[in-house]
Amino acid sequence: MELLKPELGLIIWTTIILLSLIFILTKFAWKPILKGLNDREKTIADTLNTAEKTKLEMAAMKSQHEALLNEARQERSLILKEAKDMKDAIIGEARDKAKSEGAKMIEEAKREIENQKMAAIIDVKNAAGNLVLEVSEKILRRELNNKDEQVKYINTLIEQSKLN
Amino acid sequence: MCEYLCATKKRAIAHKVLKFKLFITIFFIAVFAVPLISVAHGEEDHQHEHPAAQHQEPIAHHAPATDDGKFNAKKVILDHISDSHEWHFFSYPSSDGYKHAALPLPCIFYNSKNGFSFFLFNALHHGAVDGYSLNAEHKIGRTDGEGFYDLSITKNVFAMMLSSILLIWLFRTAAKGYTTRPNQAPTGLQNLMEVLVSFVRDEAAKPFLGKKTDKYLPYLLTVFFFIWINNMLGLLPGGANVTGNIAVTTTLALFTFILILTGSRKHYWMHILNPPGIPLGVKIILVPVEILGIITKPFALLIRLFANMTAGHLIVLSFLSMIFIFGQMSPIAGGGISIFSVAFSTFIYLLEMLVCALQAYIFTMLSAVFISEAIVEHTHSEEHH
Repeated sequence: MELLKPELGLIIWTTIILLSLIFILTKFAWKPILKGLNDREKTIADTLNTAEKTKLEMAAMKSQHEALLNEARQERSLILKEAKDMKDAIIGEARDKAKSEGAKMIEEAKREIENQKMAAIIDVKNAAGNLVLEVSEKILRRELNNKDEQVKYINTLIEQSKLN
Repeated sequence: MCEYLCATKKRAIAHKVLKFKLFITIFFIAVFAVPLISVAHGEEDHQHEHPAAQHQEPIAHHAPATDDGKFNAKKVILDHISDSHEWHFFSYPSSDGYKHAALPLPCIFYNSKNGFSFFLFNALHHGAVDGYSLNAEHKIGRTDGEGFYDLSITKNVFAMMLSSILLIWLFRTAAKGYTTRPNQAPTGLQNLMEVLVSFVRDEAAKPFLGKKTDKYLPYLLTVFFFIWINNMLGLLPGGANVTGNIAVTTTLALFTFILILTGSRKHYWMHILNPPGIPLGVKIILVPVEILGIITKPFALLIRLFANMTAGHLIVLSFLSMIFIFGQMSPIAGGGISIFSVAFSTFIYLLEMLVCALQAYIFTMLSAVFISEAIVEHTHSEEHH
């Protein structure tokens, strides 16, 4: 059957056309297209790699940042602690000082009180002496009038002085 | 690790081949049924065509596709799918028989007596040129009955040239995008072509050829697009049935065959001539089969493409011819059958559009598979023996 008989002329022409088509397309189409495709694939891969790297860098920077922040935070708490200590120290010192001052003042006051008391006692002794003198004087005057009376009087005087 | 990789790769190939085999089996049954019927029909027709060749009559005004005024489906179909020295568009009746609207193509003949002869085909309508004339079957022969070589730019050659120009234009335009806007997103035609090019690269070439892809990719791409565009253009009404011509598919398969042979390594031949790990008794049977396999692989390529494309054309034309066959019985029958004929041929036509791409892909992929089998340096299959 004719359909199944390959024609020599057609084989020759097909060969010529195919060879020139392979040559032309390879030179003008496949090479630039495949190169463009490969280049683009490489560019995309590179870009993705760079992005990944940048991401890692960013993460590193972030952790660095965080470390710095932590350090600052620690320093802050340290400073605060120091300040607190200082405050406590100052307050403690002030309190001690105040305490000792107070004690001193109390001591002084006690001493003063003691002095005053002593003065008062002396005064009282003086007054008692005077009183005794006065009473003796009065007694001496009365003794001259009545003995019983005098005793009675002395008793009242004693009574009175007791009340005092 | 390597074994695992090889196993997965092999499984992938096996899966692809399996799918492909299923498809081919279905198609071969469909495809071979039609030409076989057609061949059987052709044989009986030939016998009563011989007497017709004896009486010389003016050929130029023969009615289209008829010998005796009746519609001859076989002739119509064969005229449509075979090569020709003119590009015939349509025929129309006029006062002195049928007239043909056809583009005459240049004829180039070589004969030992006349040397090279160049003339346009329509010159033969007015008589013999350089000892070449048309016979009763509308075929060119020599008046002195001698043999000659036909190197004409036939309809198929002309169609191949047109499609080649179209391909070059398409891919030149697409390639420009890469030089004018490097590393940018593709646009328009470039975008479309890029998808197809990377499909061939990633689906038909790389899985089989691996590192050697770059070497064979230009050939595979050219073949893929050459087959595809000619398949598609052949589907157009009036288009030339280029890839359904056995000479064209033979040439394509020869190209792959030459690449297989030139690329083949010692290992490939050793596997054929002395398959490892096989007992001698089996070897005696296997080696001739393997030697035959060298030829049958490219032969399968050429037959597959030819049969698929021819079958598609045959089926569409057969459905359409039914309208005229029934129309000759009665116009009502013709009109009635036309509904089904058109519906069926449209369905087949759409199927053929799929087959166009599929056959181009199969041819390209199998070429890559056959080449990869030949160029492999050391095989993994040895590890399994």
